[in-house]
Amino acid sequence: MSTNVAYYIPHKATWPVIATAGLVTMLAGFANYLNGSSIGPTLMVVGLVIFIVMLAGWFTLQSGESESGMYNTQVGISYRMGMMWFIFSEIMFFAVFFGTLYYTRNLSVPWLGGEGTGAATKELLWPTFEATWPTNGPKGLGVDASGARTFGAEFEPMGAWGLPFLNTLILLTSGVTCTWAHHGLLAKNRDQLIKGLIATVALGFTFVAFQAFEYHEAYTEMGLTLGSGIYGSTFFMLTGFHGFHVCIGAIILSVVLFRSTRGHFKPENHFAFEAAAWYWHFVDVVWLGLFVFVYLM
Amino acid sequence: MSAVTAEHVDHHDDHDHGPAKGLLRWVITTNHKDIGTLYLVFALAMFFVGGIMAMIIRAELFEPGLQFVQPQFFNSMTTMHALVMVFGAVMPAFVGLANWMIPMMIGAPDMALPRMNNMSFWLLVSGVLLLASTLFMEGGSPAAGWTLYPPLVLQTGNALPFAVFSVHLLGISSIMGAINIIATIFNMRAPGMTLMKMPLFVWTWLITGFLLIAIMPVFAGAVTMLLTDKFFGTSFFDAAGGGDPILYQHIFWFFGHPEVYVMILPTFGVASTIIPVFARKPLFGYSSMVYATASIAFLSFIVWAHHMFTVGMPVAGELYFMYATMLIAIPTGVKVFNWTATMWKGSLTFETPMLFSIAFVVLFTMGGFTGLMMSIAPSDFQYHDTYFIVAHFHYTLVPASVFILMAAGYYWLPKWTGHMYNEKIGQLHFWLSAVSVNILFFPQHFLGLAGMPRRIPDYAVQFADWNMISSIGGFIFGASQLLFLYIVIDTIRGGTGEKVTDEVWEDAHKHGLEWTLPSPPPYHTFTTPPTVIPTEHI
Repeated sequence: MSTNVAYYIPHKATWPVIATAGLVTMLAGFANYLNGSSIGPTLMVVGLVIFIVMLAGWFTLQSGESESGMYNTQVGISYRMGMMWFIFSEIMFFAVFFGTLYYTRNLSVPWLGGEGTGAATKELLWPTFEATWPTNGPKGLGVDASGARTFGAEFEPMGAWGLPFLNTLILLTSGVTCTWAHHGLLAKNRDQLIKGLIATVALGFTFVAFQAFEYHEAYTEMGLTLGSGIYGSTFFMLTGFHGFHVCIGAIILSVVLFRSTRGHFKPENHFAFEAAAWYWHFVDVVWLGLFVFVYLM
Repeated sequence: MSAVTAEHVDHHDDHDHGPAKGLLRWVITTNHKDIGTLYLVFALAMFFVGGIMAMIIRAELFEPGLQFVQPQFFNSMTTMHALVMVFGAVMPAFVGLANWMIPMMIGAPDMALPRMNNMSFWLLVSGVLLLASTLFMEGGSPAAGWTLYPPLVLQTGNALPFAVFSVHLLGISSIMGAINIIATIFNMRAPGMTLMKMPLFVWTWLITGFLLIAIMPVFAGAVTMLLTDKFFGTSFFDAAGGGDPILYQHIFWFFGHPEVYVMILPTFGVASTIIPVFARKPLFGYSSMVYATASIAFLSFIVWAHHMFTVGMPVAGELYFMYATMLIAIPTGVKVFNWTATMWKGSLTFETPMLFSIAFVVLFTMGGFTGLMMSIAPSDFQYHDTYFIVAHFHYTLVPASVFILMAAGYYWLPKWTGHMYNEKIGQLHFWLSAVSVNILFFPQHFLGLAGMPRRIPDYAVQFADWNMISSIGGFIFGASQLLFLYIVIDTIRGGTGEKVTDEVWEDAHKHGLEWTLPSPPPYHTFTTPPTVIPTEHI
């Protein structure tokens, strides 16, 4: 609820329209590309450039306003609520893919294997199919080196205890370094803040690099691709969207790091740091879910 | 309800407070009233675009046989009509009302996140334009129904990725709008405006905002999987690879059922705001209204598969979803009872907003009862995918959501513009709409019970009579809406010429803060928080 101080209301914003233009250009370009139109990639690059310029501009505007003390406590609360509800929407987005994994593993794959009322269907349609996990389905879907659809393909599922376990340790450590940086901020220890953020960002990008290596292994050595039936689909969709979110989180943290080197943030006023840290912990928790449900089980 | 002390209303500090000059004002505005107006105007435009599509559908169905359009285009029309009406007209109209009214109702200067508010609107416009562009593409626009079920929807031509990205943009827009509304309600209320003093419209939007944030990412995830199934070789919805097309239906309706409540909960809120004013009584059962809204929202998340009774679910699933669905009738019944009890022994007058609201209570209840019929799984096997379901959801959307949007327009236009609308034409608009909407949709119950399937451009001759009557009702209903367009333009341009008072409706100031402000309210309503004084109504 409001207190009796004057309100802060920004006027005449140009960045939101530019952000929208960038997003739409990018997506229209991507759609054109998928339809095989030659203008697609150009549009995507133009949209991306607009979007990056917008991010730089809008971030500069906001951090300038924040540092000049224009935001009162009420604005700070609005921002925090905004970030919390945004993270809630992200949780729901990941819930879709976790739900998909649950549904296919526990319901639809067993049904294909003749469980429940599906016995006759299985006998008629897929008599030789055995419902086990991982699976690439009754037809054994896969793709060959040229990207063409193959049937009866073999693939090797991703193990948990190699790179994925290392990545788990990396992300957990990055959560610790992030909190260490926060303690530095609160204790007005600028050096600790910057070192902690550098470590967090570095660990984040290391995670992404390892993940890229893992994908490369999967595609070249293990026959595991997006086209490897439902296992490949859920594996790459879940880990792929997670990796994408790690990138976003690392970029946000990089902006916070850059601002920290410029002397931004005070112990009592550092919303951007908090938001980035919340996001980072969210990405961390999603990974723990992935490690258990995608890799381990 | 409560009132504000007036001394704060015209108080300005020394920021630059006026709107930008010229058309650019509307592009870069962060003002909740400007953005509310943009949303409302856009929604009205899309209401007519979607309406033209409906007219094409009813013209084709006027007689059996193919008259005007190809079957593929007919199916495009049913699909696009639904998508445009849901995402382009009804939802944006309620977001527009939320933008205009919530800050004024809770004593806030503006929305909590004004820049994001601007972005929500322009993302909405972009999303709808991206969707509309598919009408002119090779292969036509999506024609698999607004539910976009695979595998059928994967046969869409060039339109598919555009439709998917349009859903993404509309989703981001809705989530941003919902976050903004929730942050505004939680963080921007004037001192004294406690949660249980908030107008019902604010309460219903708070809960709707939560629904939107929870479900739009789910729809985005579902269409993303459609995209990867089509273009990147995944097999989420393909049994050959171990997937299941029915999974899409589960995910879609986990989104889709709360989605229909996104359109009806704010409707309830506006009705609960209007009816007490014209009954000259406080709303009956305020707190039970709040709890009923919350219960309906909760139930909306656990009933989704009643849209899929005929899909071949295990019997346990059928039974669970049947009983859970029936539960919704209880909180909804509480609401209908409360509206009726509010009018009981009230000093009723029947201005246009009240007429639309009463019609809403009666006709929405009918739509609710047909919903109850279909919640019974074994009966639903007869009704499923027939015109009965078309009649059911149109009763809950047209004489409910759309009527209440009309009521809201008549109710608040004098406040927004400072001019009074023409009551005679308003009443004519109401009676034409209320009669024709029943001629349009009531016969569709009979068609459905007799077995006429939906989404088919042709039909057996035994369905001819009721289809013709339904189409005639449709044409009258469509034409009547031009009266509303006329009234809106006329009122903005001066209306009856009568200068309206601050409270507009007799004793309206007892019911809501917005009626204690000038008509039209200043560009910036408050610059410091107003003091809220509790009055006799709640």
